[in-house]
Amino acid sequence: MILSSLVFVPLLGMIIVMCLPKDKFNAIRWTSLLVSLIPMFASFWLTWDYFFNYSGSAAFAYVVGPYNWIPSLNIQYYMGVDGISIPMLFLTGLLSTLSLLASFGINNRVKEYFAFFLLLEAGMMGVFVALDFFLFYVFWEVMLVPMYFLIGVWGGPRKEYAAIKFFLYTLFGSIFMLVAILIMYFTSEPHSLNMVTLLDHGPMMSHTLQMVCFIFFFIAFAIKVPVWPFHTWLPDAHVEAPTAVSVILAGVLLKMGTYAMLRINWPMFPQALRELSFWIAVLGVIAIIYGALVSMAQKDLKKLVAYSSVSHMGYCMMALAAVSSVSAIAGCMFQMVSHGLITGALFVLVGVLYDRAHTREIAAFGGLGAKVPVYTGIMVLFSMAALGLPGMSGFVSEFMIFVGAFGALNKVLVGISVLGVVLGATYMLRMVQNVFLGEFNMARWGGLTDINLREIISVAPLAVLTVVIGVYPKPLTQLMTATLEHLVSLMAR
Amino acid sequence: MTEFSFLIPLLPLFSFVMIIFFLRWKEMLSAVFSIVMILAAWVMSIIVLIETIARHGDNYEAFYKFVDLPNFVLEIGVLIDPLTAIMLVVVTTVGACVEIYSVGYMHNDPRFSRFFAYLSLFLFSMLGLVVANNFFMIFIFWELVGLTSYLLIGFWFEKKSAADACKKAFITTRMGDLGFLVGLFIIGIYFGTFNYLRVFDIAGSGMIPAGILTAAAIFVFCGAVGKSAQWPLHVWLPDAMEGPTPVSALIHAATMVAAGVYLVARSMPLFVTSGDASMVVAIIGLITSFIAASIGLVQNDIKRVLAYSTVSQLGYMIMALGLYGYDHFHGQHSPGFYAGTFHLYTHAFFKGLLFLGAGSVIHAVHTNDIQEMGGLGRKMKKTALTFMIASLSIAGIFPLSGFWSKDEIVAAASHHPVFFIGTLTIAFMTAFYMWRLCFLTFFGEPRDQHRYDHAHESPNNMTYPLIFLAVLSVCAGWVGVPYLSHGFASFVFHDEAYHPHPNYLLWAVSTIVGGGGIILAYLMYYKKSISADAMANRFKRIYKLLYNKWYFDEIYQKILIDPVMSIASFMWKFDANVIDGAVNGTGWLTIKWSDIKEWFDTWIVDGAVNGTGWIVRQGANILRFLQTGSMQFYALFIAALVVLFGIYRFETSMMEGDEPIFTIGFIIAVVLLAVAAKLLQGRPQTDRQAESEE
Repeated sequence: MILSSLVFVPLLGMIIVMCLPKDKFNAIRWTSLLVSLIPMFASFWLTWDYFFNYSGSAAFAYVVGPYNWIPSLNIQYYMGVDGISIPMLFLTGLLSTLSLLASFGINNRVKEYFAFFLLLEAGMMGVFVALDFFLFYVFWEVMLVPMYFLIGVWGGPRKEYAAIKFFLYTLFGSIFMLVAILIMYFTSEPHSLNMVTLLDHGPMMSHTLQMVCFIFFFIAFAIKVPVWPFHTWLPDAHVEAPTAVSVILAGVLLKMGTYAMLRINWPMFPQALRELSFWIAVLGVIAIIYGALVSMAQKDLKKLVAYSSVSHMGYCMMALAAVSSVSAIAGCMFQMVSHGLITGALFVLVGVLYDRAHTREIAAFGGLGAKVPVYTGIMVLFSMAALGLPGMSGFVSEFMIFVGAFGALNKVLVGISVLGVVLGATYMLRMVQNVFLGEFNMARWGGLTDINLREIISVAPLAVLTVVIGVYPKPLTQLMTATLEHLVSLMAR
Repeated sequence: MTEFSFLIPLLPLFSFVMIIFFLRWKEMLSAVFSIVMILAAWVMSIIVLIETIARHGDNYEAFYKFVDLPNFVLEIGVLIDPLTAIMLVVVTTVGACVEIYSVGYMHNDPRFSRFFAYLSLFLFSMLGLVVANNFFMIFIFWELVGLTSYLLIGFWFEKKSAADACKKAFITTRMGDLGFLVGLFIIGIYFGTFNYLRVFDIAGSGMIPAGILTAAAIFVFCGAVGKSAQWPLHVWLPDAMEGPTPVSALIHAATMVAAGVYLVARSMPLFVTSGDASMVVAIIGLITSFIAASIGLVQNDIKRVLAYSTVSQLGYMIMALGLYGYDHFHGQHSPGFYAGTFHLYTHAFFKGLLFLGAGSVIHAVHTNDIQEMGGLGRKMKKTALTFMIASLSIAGIFPLSGFWSKDEIVAAASHHPVFFIGTLTIAFMTAFYMWRLCFLTFFGEPRDQHRYDHAHESPNNMTYPLIFLAVLSVCAGWVGVPYLSHGFASFVFHDEAYHPHPNYLLWAVSTIVGGGGIILAYLMYYKKSISADAMANRFKRIYKLLYNKWYFDEIYQKILIDPVMSIASFMWKFDANVIDGAVNGTGWLTIKWSDIKEWFDTWIVDGAVNGTGWIVRQGANILRFLQTGSMQFYALFIAALVVLFGIYRFETSMMEGDEPIFTIGFIIAVVLLAVAAKLLQGRPQTDRQAESEE
């Protein structure tokens, strides 16, 4: 019941927003914000309740259904959550609300913007709770539409290009997913789309079919992550998207890829996974180093953060390749959460600067530390978090990934990936130096104002969580240990 | 009190939080609060030290689990043993002195409160590093030390040099941390735990292959190379002098750079299991020490001389520790471990004092260049006197604390000829460049009258810490005097009694060497009986090499930084043009393909359809001429057909020999009929009428 509400409350909110008069901007903003509070608190409560009552076992909790939806095709309405979806729901709930808060500056077609945003939230929530392939696919695709418009209408100068690129790229992947789903459907007896029962069907399929399905699913999800070399939609989409949409893109959408791998790809085709895991690790390591290097060459603040996402998601891929290690997979989950918090915050912060300065060119700034100390402090905090400083969530995840991967994967490969730590520090600190340190250009930026309260509120929860997870990660590990162990045992089949 | 030792790091953290969130706007209150906190930590550290001595050095350990996964546990905890207890006292002592001193030094700075907040955060990190009970935790605080040194070195970030220096410090030390990280992975994977005591047990048990032990030790040592500014990662430390001088004193004398030495000392049970790794450590230490001392000979920036001196002394300690590991691995006794830790302890006081004294001088004359100083001893008696005490101590003059610790290092090296000669050479150079500094700064005639006239002794809150540290520079070493049976050595070696014996020959040698360095400096820079310029001219190449710090910065720029940056921009171009090019190319191809399809569709597919229609239509157009709707035409048509038929019949009947008359008659009849019809009717209907009928 509560899972359905996560999806349908935002949908309802969208309908309400659409009924509001077009020019009542504040009414629209506040309505959407209040509506989004419901799934946010619901996801908080879920996390809390799951932690205390369900985290001991790997079984799905709060299960809805399965109800027959389209009986002739055996399509069901079936939802449930476990230790890997709970953190994602938490992240989605939190980031959606914060992004809506960060969107109050939108003045163009306000009604449509907020309506699309709520639709987006419904889609994201749906992906993380669906246990039926059809349902999953529907949510996966539903999300594309609002995203397309959010980038294409409210974006920057090259918005049309970015939007269509994002849309087509993802859709291209979806086709592969659809084919794989259909293969699963027609080879199972009786034909089924139930993701839970198909877990047992996957390993029974012929080797060729397993490989085909694995690769097809992988392509679909890899585009979303994005895994190198499918990543180039990301910088364009990030740079052109409005701030709040960038936050959602980085914070939630990318995680749908890794989440889906962990939910579908990995446990369903363990044999194919083992055969390909080395190459997946290679892709991950390439992304880590490559993303960091490309980040280093960026002149645009937002693009730098976007490429750092490529690098950071590379850690996730490397961790996912270390299939036998609970700590690496746990590290991957940590990295997903942590990257969502940190990169989300970085995008908000870049947006804050852009709103004031109307440029994101790193070279245009310098010495802002003296003029906007609070903003600088927060930005430096998140830069440090992004480069994996201990005491913050990024460090815990990287450390768990490295140790796990070092034990499970080729040691030289992991050794190379450690270079990402230095490169990460380099591009982040170069950015900090060029923007905040050095001489201040009084003539140009004398009028710059420090971060305001609303903006602080929209990053403060992220800062708090980043530090809390970094200092006391145990609850988060406990939340998912049972599920991860179960998943690892499935992958070991 | 030992049970509460976890509070020692937390007190400065508390002060940091209070200043950042609450006290920031009250400058004096911020300073006083942080000083009170560090003094409290200092008192606690001393009590912990006393209790540790009373426990005869037994370990105290407490921890909680930070991450708890199956087969993967990370702990946060406290381990108090003699080494920890001593380091706690050292760090809090120097920390407290620096904080008190900073009240005077940093007054009027617009970010005064923030400075104390950062100092507190730094002390938190350093103390956390010291009390850590496992490799994972030490790494956490290790990195936090890196962060806070970044903040402190870049404290005056408006200066480009400071902004560059803090970045350089962070990234360079992080390169060492890479190795440390890999070392941690090796420990985590092969030892299954990060806890010091368990790791050491396993290392000593012989269950781990020698290659793994060597790899683990060397990789862990990489961390120390970065943090303790050892060659080849020493380049950041001199630049880090861009920070405020109290920061230099704290970070670059007593604490942050000491962390690397501390790490090696702490992991000594790991190093003693690998002779190779220990030898690497010793060699790196010797190289570092020599290179840094040689550069120190010719520098003119007072803080840079001290910085190179620090690098050199750290190399000394590292070398001693490495030699201990090597000797111990080969079953020989060595004072190296004791010597290294002892020197770490005494060095903290006199080097802290030197930096604070240098700060006092800089505060007075507003320059770092010793060529613009001179004669300051007359105006700044306390500073000059304490500075010279520290210089005597670092030169290893009897009976100051530096003498006792340096002598043990010489003793540790005495079994290895190369190291022995190196050690003595370095000792000589150290004494020389320190006293070159003293003579140029405090003696002789002022070389810049204007600066000299404005010079003044620093206020009491700056000189008292100097005096306090001067006392320690003299006395702190006495705990290690070989005549004491329960001195420093037996304390840090609680499980393996070691008593240094007085070796009068070595004492004589090292005193002569140290004294020789001082005398040479005296002759060159006080008496001027040997001209420094003439020397520089005579050994021009060497002088240039040393003056330019062996060109390490330039070399790194060429072989490391430039290539990485060009790879980065190449990758970016690659990404934008090749990978994204492939994506866009796919898009372009798709569009082109669809253009072709459109053409095909228009001209071929649709063309076929339309063509069929066209043919039908054209056919119809032709046939339309037949469909005139005119009776006469039809009649004519019929008539024509009849005629044709008649001709045909006529032909066939001719061939068959039949009578043709009937046929001819028929044709004539038809022709007549047709002519008649034509005459009776008018002209045929128009096309248009014909169409509408269709």
